[in-house]
This record gives sequence, structure tokens and C-alpha cells, in this order.
Amino acid sequence: MTDTTYPLPPYAQALDMTVVDEIDGAPVISMPFADRVQGRPGYLHGGAISGLLEIAAIAAVHRALQAKGSDSAIKQVNVTVDFMRGGLSQMTYAMGEVTRLGRTMANVEARAWQDDRDKPIAMGHMHYLIKAKREDAA
Amino acid sequence: MMVSRGHDLGTMLPAGAGFDPAMANKLMGRFGHGGFLNMQYVGHGTDWVELSIDWREDLVADPNTGILASAVIISLMDNATSMSIWTKLGEFRPQATMDLRIDYLRPSPSGQRVYGRGICYHLTNSIGFVRGFAHNGNPDEPLAHASGTFIRTGDRIS
Repeated sequence: MTDTTYPLPPYAQALDMTVVDEIDGAPVISMPFADRVQGRPGYLHGGAISGLLEIAAIAAVHRALQAKGSDSAIKQVNVTVDFMRGGLSQMTYAMGEVTRLGRTMANVEARAWQDDRDKPIAMGHMHYLIKAKREDAA
Repeated sequence: MMVSRGHDLGTMLPAGAGFDPAMANKLMGRFGHGGFLNMQYVGHGTDWVELSIDWREDLVADPNTGILASAVIISLMDNATSMSIWTKLGEFRPQATMDLRIDYLRPSPSGQRVYGRGICYHLTNSIGFVRGFAHNGNPDEPLAHASGTFIRTGDRIS
């Protein structure tokens, strides 16, 4: 299990997300099925899937920054989500891959899956601005 | 929403009576993610629907700033754009979100209600092309822009 030095935000806690694993240095986040994440009866709402992708992406960026010894804050610039399969009424997982971490921005690809990681239910592509620490910026 | 609100909403709405976004939102807001977010109907035109979500502590992504999770905006824009298609069409048809892009111009401040206006700017037999924006009460000061596509998933079951 991982040391979650980065606590999951209130939004993630409200949807019962937890860090369950780590793959290649990136946290794997889980989200159980419940009415509060349901869209059409029996299926996940796309917004809840997007939320899981977002939390996984943010966790991946924080982890990548930590690995560089940086405690910079980040700010999301945009996101594109592709919905590929209906999310069934079962546990869903997501992890983010930081495809590039620069001085000013990070590119992240996040993947959400259920039974098979090779069959994603959705993919997110995000850009984050890396902000200097407040003390540095002042 | 994957395979959106699907046939169940189709069977709940009166057939042949056109599409009423206020009534549809009321039905959708009773349960599920829309209910969790307490999405409210604000208004609509021939090709647009506006919904809103109240700021809430448990929807926050950063406890230091109180800024809402970006996915709250995604859910809002997903529902508003989805409903704009049915509004333009004049009836419900099952569809699924193919993709959705959100550009965050600025964060939604702590404590402020967020509004999302979804617009269907083109509709074919199988695809709904949508765009939209989110704001905090003044549409001239958007906080996010959205664009996406929805694909029709099947015939209405009635």
C-alpha cells in the first residue's frame, strides 16, 4: 500500500474514493458503485467517472512533483474525457500517467477501468499549470 | 452520464408531448449523481438548457481555497448539454456522451453557485454537437467553456 502524503480532497471522500494500489509510481484510486455516482439506473454517471479520472490525475501529478522534490501547487487548465464503455454497477479504478512534467505545465493521461485495465471505460487528457510556491512567488 | 438517463427517463416522460427540460431535470434530480449534486433547472431556449449547482463543502477539490472539483463542472455541463439536444429535438432519445472537453478559464470561487448553459449547435440523425459555458451568475463572465459530442444509442422504448 502507499503512503498517502497527499490526502484525498472532500469531493473524493464524498464519493468514497480511496487509494488502493500503486502502479509504476502512480496511485490507483478506487470508487465503489452507489446511487450518488449513478446516471441511468445501473450505470455510472459520466461526471462521476470524470471525477475519478480527475482525482487520479491530480494524485499522479502530486506524486511526480514529490519525486522531483517539488511542493509546487497545480492548477487545472483543461480536460478532455473520452467515454468508451458504460460504467457498470461495480468497483471502478483509475490512475493517471504524467506523460510530461515540465517547469510550467504537466500533461496527464488518466484511465478508468473496471474488470480489465486494458478495456478502459473512459480516458481523460489533462493539462495542469505548475504554480510556484506562494512564498517563492511573493 | 454514460448511456444517458436512458430508457428509464424515456418511459417516465410523457410521449408525444415534446421535451420539457424542467420536468426532465426534476425526474433526473430525484436520484443518482444529479441528485447528489442537487442540480437545479434554471432556464431554457429552443436549443439551450441552463442548470445550476450550489457550492457545497463536500464538492470541494482544494480545502485551502474552497474551489469546486473540476468534475462538478463536468457533470453540470454533461447534463446541460445533453438536455440541450433533447430540447432542440423536441423529444427524448437515448444517447451517450462520446467526449466532452472543458477549458477552465478561472476557478469557481468558494461559496458561489455555479451555472452551466448547454447549447446544441448542430444535430444529425446520430450525433449531437454541443458547446456551452459555466458562470457564477453573470453569463458575460464565464468560468469555463465546454464542447463535446453525444451519440444516439438506440430507439426509444415506449
